[in-house]
Amino acid sequence: MEILIMQVSLFVLALMLGVELITKVPPTLHTPLMSGTNAISGIALVGAILAAGNADGGEIARWLGFVAVVLASINVVGGYMVTNRMLAMFKRKD
Amino acid sequence: MLDIGMNLAYLAAAILFILGIKGLTRPKTAVRGNMLSATGMFLAVAVTLLDNSIVSFDLIIAGALLGGGIGAVLAKKVQMTAMPQLVAILNGFGGGASLGLAAASYLQTMGGAGFAAGALGTITLITIALTVIIGSLTVTGSLIAFAKLQEIMPGQPIGFPGMTGFNGLLLIGALASSVMLAIDPTNAMYFWLAIGLAAILGLTLVLPIGGADMPVVIALLNSYSGIAAAFAGFVMGNTVLIVSGSLVGASGLILTKIMCVAMNRSLPNVLFGRMGADTGGEGAGDEIYEGKITSASPEEIGMLLETAQKVIIVPGFGMALSQAQHAVRELADAIERNGGEVLYAIHPVAGRMPGHMNVLLAEAEVPYEKLVEMERINPQFDDCDVAIVLGANDVTNPMAREDKGSPIYGMPILNVDKARTVVVIKRSLSAGFAGLPNPLFALDNTLMVFGDGKKAVVDITTALENG
Repeated sequence: MEILIMQVSLFVLALMLGVELITKVPPTLHTPLMSGTNAISGIALVGAILAAGNADGGEIARWLGFVAVVLASINVVGGYMVTNRMLAMFKRKD
Repeated sequence: MLDIGMNLAYLAAAILFILGIKGLTRPKTAVRGNMLSATGMFLAVAVTLLDNSIVSFDLIIAGALLGGGIGAVLAKKVQMTAMPQLVAILNGFGGGASLGLAAASYLQTMGGAGFAAGALGTITLITIALTVIIGSLTVTGSLIAFAKLQEIMPGQPIGFPGMTGFNGLLLIGALASSVMLAIDPTNAMYFWLAIGLAAILGLTLVLPIGGADMPVVIALLNSYSGIAAAFAGFVMGNTVLIVSGSLVGASGLILTKIMCVAMNRSLPNVLFGRMGADTGGEGAGDEIYEGKITSASPEEIGMLLETAQKVIIVPGFGMALSQAQHAVRELADAIERNGGEVLYAIHPVAGRMPGHMNVLLAEAEVPYEKLVEMERINPQFDDCDVAIVLGANDVTNPMAREDKGSPIYGMPILNVDKARTVVVIKRSLSAGFAGLPNPLFALDNTLMVFGDGKKAVVDITTALENG
């Protein structure tokens, strides 16, 4: 139970920190912000790897893990690359 | 020991994500921020691979190669005009990943030690159920958003009377299945039922939303994909998932709020309001426009621009549709060579996603200092010689300011009508997404240039340079 309270605290604090941070992002960068956060939501890859590598749940569970690894990898690689491509266009004029 | 090391590495990854987003607060530091964030991701993934619960790497490697390959191709090939679709589908993939891993986690716990008795097991089951519900509706909702943006599906609202009530029933059904699952974890039927009902809910939530409201929907689904990841973090007891998921969730929520404020509408109104279905009509438009429309040729506009000191360009979705951003930049260059000043007025909901216009103009190498937000540009229309409206409609409609009976009354707009001359480049007099006529087109100081956006801009540039 204490662990759950810790986790909820972490969740709430991170949400508040996120609100503080993101209100400072200028509208010019809102599209790269979205694709960049797409990449960050690919953090599900961490959980997906554990699911795909674990044999406890049988084959179906491993293949569900595999699908999660594929989808999360698309987000991580695609998200960071396209964000970088966009941001490079903003930087060009400096 | 390994456990402590892993958790410290996850902490470092979370810090890198935070610093990465902080970098995005300024264009100059944004590229570095993105790199920091990517480094965090690499670190988190690398230490996870050391986890000794992993017994085989075949599916992990295959999945990462396949997903990484698809992601790289998408990122390289996508056109800047198609960014809204890409972000929409990535939202769906993010939700899908959380759904997949939560489902796998359920099956693994069932196949392994089973769920703990008492409160702890109940909480875990509820968390799993919430994760798959949010994940599942994010997947199907994002697919619909993608299909609408990609124009595989019509952009108009699709729905039936009583849809909101139907959605309510779906949500109650999904939540009830979760409760049943918590009571009887071995009955997997409740688990799949919750996923199925949430999947239908995702469809019926996004189908009734029209094209112009897509920025709100994409931002909201972006938030959901983050919340799903955070909940998956509760399921797996993984702190880096909780922290990064909440950061993404917060980001999506703030963008959603910004978009709603920019349209002067509440989120429930966007989601359930179905605005534009029964407003105005063609007759109202004819009355406003009759005999008052002045149309002009690109040559005439070229002559007008020769003497213009200050020009403000107002881009909208039409610029993206006709891929006119490079042509616009060339027109601006020609005006500047002639001694004029050019600024761009960016409405928060111009285009199909937050910041869409900025990215397109950045692609055409327009310096971001020239892209001016609504609040700062509006006072500048008073001393502006020519305002060029390219493919924007509702965000320039003076009815939002003046007509209390109008459905868009109160929506903040760009005050283009205050400019000495307004040039509107548009295919026809057809209404915007709100389905309303735009009295701007009928003003004495408005000149309409009918035709394809890109061609009209190129013709005006040619006329200006040869004039």
